[in-house]
Amino acid sequence: MATRPTGDLTGAATAVTPVAVVRAVGVRRAFGPVPVLNGVDLTIAAGEVVALLGSSGSGKSTLLRVLAGLDGDACGEVTVPARSAVVFQEHRLLPWKRVADNVALGVAGRDVAGRVAAALAEVGLAGRERAWPAELSGGQSQRVAVARALVRQPELLLLDEPFGALDALTRLRMQALFQRLRAEHRFAALLVTHDVDEALLLADRVLLLDGGVLVEDVPITVAHPRTTDAPGFGPLRRRLLALLGVPAGPDAQ
Amino acid sequence: MTVTEDAAPRTGTAAGAAPKAVATVPVRARRGPRVRRWRRLVSPVVLVLAWELVSRAGLVSPDKLPAPSDVLAVGWRLARDGALGAHLAQSLTRAVIGLAVGGGVGLLAGAVAGLLRLGDDLIDPPVQMARMLPHLGLLPLLLIWLGIGESLKISLVALGAFFPIYLNTYAGIRDIDERLVEAARTCGLSAAARLRHVVLPGALPALFIGLRLAFAAGWLSLVVSEQVNAQVGIGFMMMEAREFSQTDVVVLGLVVYALLGLASDLLLRVAERRALAWRRGLRAT
Ligand SMILES: Nc1ncnc2c1ncn2[C@@H]1O[C@H](COP(=O)(O)OP(=O)(O)OP(=O)(O)O)[C@@H](O)[C@H]1O
Ligand SMILES: [Mg+2]
Repeated sequence: MATRPTGDLTGAATAVTPVAVVRAVGVRRAFGPVPVLNGVDLTIAAGEVVALLGSSGSGKSTLLRVLAGLDGDACGEVTVPARSAVVFQEHRLLPWKRVADNVALGVAGRDVAGRVAAALAEVGLAGRERAWPAELSGGQSQRVAVARALVRQPELLLLDEPFGALDALTRLRMQALFQRLRAEHRFAALLVTHDVDEALLLADRVLLLDGGVLVEDVPITVAHPRTTDAPGFGPLRRRLLALLGVPAGPDAQ
Repeated sequence: MTVTEDAAPRTGTAAGAAPKAVATVPVRARRGPRVRRWRRLVSPVVLVLAWELVSRAGLVSPDKLPAPSDVLAVGWRLARDGALGAHLAQSLTRAVIGLAVGGGVGLLAGAVAGLLRLGDDLIDPPVQMARMLPHLGLLPLLLIWLGIGESLKISLVALGAFFPIYLNTYAGIRDIDERLVEAARTCGLSAAARLRHVVLPGALPALFIGLRLAFAAGWLSLVVSEQVNAQVGIGFMMMEAREFSQTDVVVLGLVVYALLGLASDLLLRVAERRALAWRRGLRAT
């Protein structure tokens, strides 16, 4: 656990479950005069997958970057596990490194090559170690990015619209892959997404960011493995879409 | 996670509406690259042959333009008695030292200005101003400062090499995708490791452009400085030959300069192809 006090410390650590891997208290961030995050409190339990919804520009990426330690100008108290990994919307592979070297970036210890190969195999890219990123399709590149995160055996996975740039079919496959990996590795995850169905499918809890604070905390109790047409999703979907300000159907007017 | 890409395209042509000869695209194999490479040699060879014929026929006086065979002959003679080798070695030494000094300083200054805000503020303005000055215009001043010795020639080559290296290092570092640096940070890379794994390889394509321009500017500086004043060197050999009206030696000097330029370009190309192998995939598509 690495406690990262950023800026003014708000010492009021609320009583949380002892197994929480993420604890953020009073996170604030402003760009110029405009506050984007206005006191966000967030806890994520070990192994819990939390989806973060919010309209465009509501500060989801900003919050994720604070948790990832990429934002030095945020205020608040943030505790995240030392073993965290990030998957961005774009794959962000280094084009001058082969797939295996990209996955192994910053990985130390014994048998790095073996661990890299195992991670690639898990995302269905066994044997592509020697390929250049430019030789991969968008979905394959994104799977390499997932492998790059997995090989670190993260306690926490931070995902910023990881499948947002993919075509619909590939996205479905990636969601299935995520469910499988999650069942296997039991990492906690914060999943930023625009896709309400994706949130329902993958998350244990859905948070809604609006006006710089988390305004809604919706537990999703449907048992895994889920499908998007599971009974009980209908009302949840309508509720989340209404919270996002989107009428869920013609009768919603 | 395997994608089955079968069935889909088949449905396009329904059985009944078998389209007859839909604009037959001629799929003719393009002439192989090997054929083209040979074909590109034809016109230079024809030109040299024409030059030889014109000279042999006496249409041009050998004092003005000797035949290629005569140039080759004098080249062979000077190579055998060691004169050409000595001149060449001296010219190459100047080029290498000048490029190393100018390129090294340019690389260092460009990296400092590209990486550090303080370095940018301190280094970039004077360099941007100085670069407006054609560096060969500094020759009279350099003559006053340094005299006519080796340091003059090396300084001029170094000056020619400095600016392209500096500018391209700076631009190469500035153009690196900040998101890649960020991703490297999330992978736990320290600042030094990010420099090695992200910044350096990311700036390398621009660096090669700078190197190519530096070679060109360096050669130019060398030619000019060697012809101004020298005791040894290809340029000196040419100027001396001019005094004795040995036009064949003058032309030989030009040929040597051309070959040196060609060789350095080839060297750079090979190095580039090796160092930037990762770009192959990008080009193929
Ligand atoms: N580096 C920055 N400089 C200035 N403003 C920024 C910066 N990054 C984000 N912002 C602003 O902060 C707000 C939140 O941005 P953020 O990227 O977090 O939104 P988001 O919820 O991720 O949106 P989207 O769903 O479209 O990705 C936006 O209004 C944006 O303009
Ligand atoms: Mg975003």
